[in-house]
Amino acid sequence: MNYLLLIAAMMAVTFLPRYLPFYLASKLQLPHSIEQALNYVPIAVLTIIVVQTSLFKEGQLALSADNPYIAASAVAFIVALLQKRLFVTISAGLVSYAVLQYWLSA
Amino acid sequence: MTNSKLHSAIEGARDTLPLVFAAIPFGIVYGALAHAQGLPNWVILAISMLVFAGSAQFIAIILVSSGATLPVIVLTVFVVNLRHLLYAVSLIPYVKKFSQSLRLPMAFTLTDETFAVVYNQATRDNPTPHFAHYYLGSAAFMYLNWQLCTWIGLVAGNRFPELTSFGLDIAMVVAFIGIVVPHLKMPSHWACALVAALSGTLTYDWPNQSGLLFSAVIAIISGVMLENAFNKKIITKKEIS
Repeated sequence: MNYLLLIAAMMAVTFLPRYLPFYLASKLQLPHSIEQALNYVPIAVLTIIVVQTSLFKEGQLALSADNPYIAASAVAFIVALLQKRLFVTISAGLVSYAVLQYWLSA
Repeated sequence: MTNSKLHSAIEGARDTLPLVFAAIPFGIVYGALAHAQGLPNWVILAISMLVFAGSAQFIAIILVSSGATLPVIVLTVFVVNLRHLLYAVSLIPYVKKFSQSLRLPMAFTLTDETFAVVYNQATRDNPTPHFAHYYLGSAAFMYLNWQLCTWIGLVAGNRFPELTSFGLDIAMVVAFIGIVVPHLKMPSHWACALVAALSGTLTYDWPNQSGLLFSAVIAIISGVMLENAFNKKIITKKEIS
C-alpha cells in the first residue's frame, strides 16, 4: 500500500464534498425545492445517528430494558419537548443515563 | 480579533463540549486500532490531521488491514462522507457572506458534531453576529481533541479494549436529540423524523453506512412531499372559501 497516495486520495474525497458547496455558495442560486428540502437535512441525519447509536449495541438490535440508552433518550426527548435549552436537555439525558447505569449494575 | 469575536469563538467551543467528550473514546480507539493493525505511526496521525473524518477513518483502517485495494478504500470513504455534502449545502445561506479564505478552514473541519452545533446556533431567534468565529471555535475544539485522542490511542495501544463500552457516546445522542426536537414544528417535520428513525433502524446493517444515506434521502423526500400536500390543501381551501 502506497500510504502517501492513500492519504492524499482520502483527503480529496473527504474534503471535496465538504468544500464544493461552500466554494460555490455565493455563485449559486439554489432552486426553491432544494432550499425547502435542506430544512429537513438536520432532522433526517441527526435522527438516524441517534437511533442507530441508541438502539444497537455491538452491532445487534438491543430493544431491551437493560439498554439504558433507550430510556435516557426518551427522557431527553420529553425534556426537549417541554423546553428549548440544549443544556437542560443534555443534563437530563446524562443524569438519567447515569442513574439507570448505576441501577442496572447494582 | 475583537473581544466579541473571541467571545463567539469561545461560545462555539463551549457549546461543543458535550460532543467533544463523546468523541474521546472514538479517537482513542481509532489510534489504538490502527496501531494494532500495524500501520506506521505517521500514517495514523496524518490521517487524523489531514482527513479528519471519524467514521470514515475507522472504515479505512479496517479495509487497509483486510487487504482491500486503494480504489475500494477511497470509494468507500467517499460514500461514508457524502452526508457532509448535505451538511455543507444546508449551511450555504449562513457561510456565503464570508470570504473564501474563511470558508476553506470551515469546510475542512465540517463534522457531524460541528454541523449540529452551528446549525442550531444559526437557526436560533437571535443568532451570533460572528457566525464564522462561532463555527471555527467549535471546529477547532473538535479538531484538537481528535488529534490528542488519536495520539493517546497510539501510545496506549490495546490497553483499553473496553473503551467503546464506556458509554460516552450517550452525550452525543442526547445532544442531537436536544438539537433536533426544537426543529419539529410542522407535521411534515415529524413525518421526516419518523421515517428517518424507522428506516435508520431497518438499514443499520447495510454496508459502509449506505443505510444512513439512503434513509436520509427518503426521510427528506417524505417531509417535502407531505409539506407540499399540506400547502396544496390550504390553498384549495382558501380558493373554495
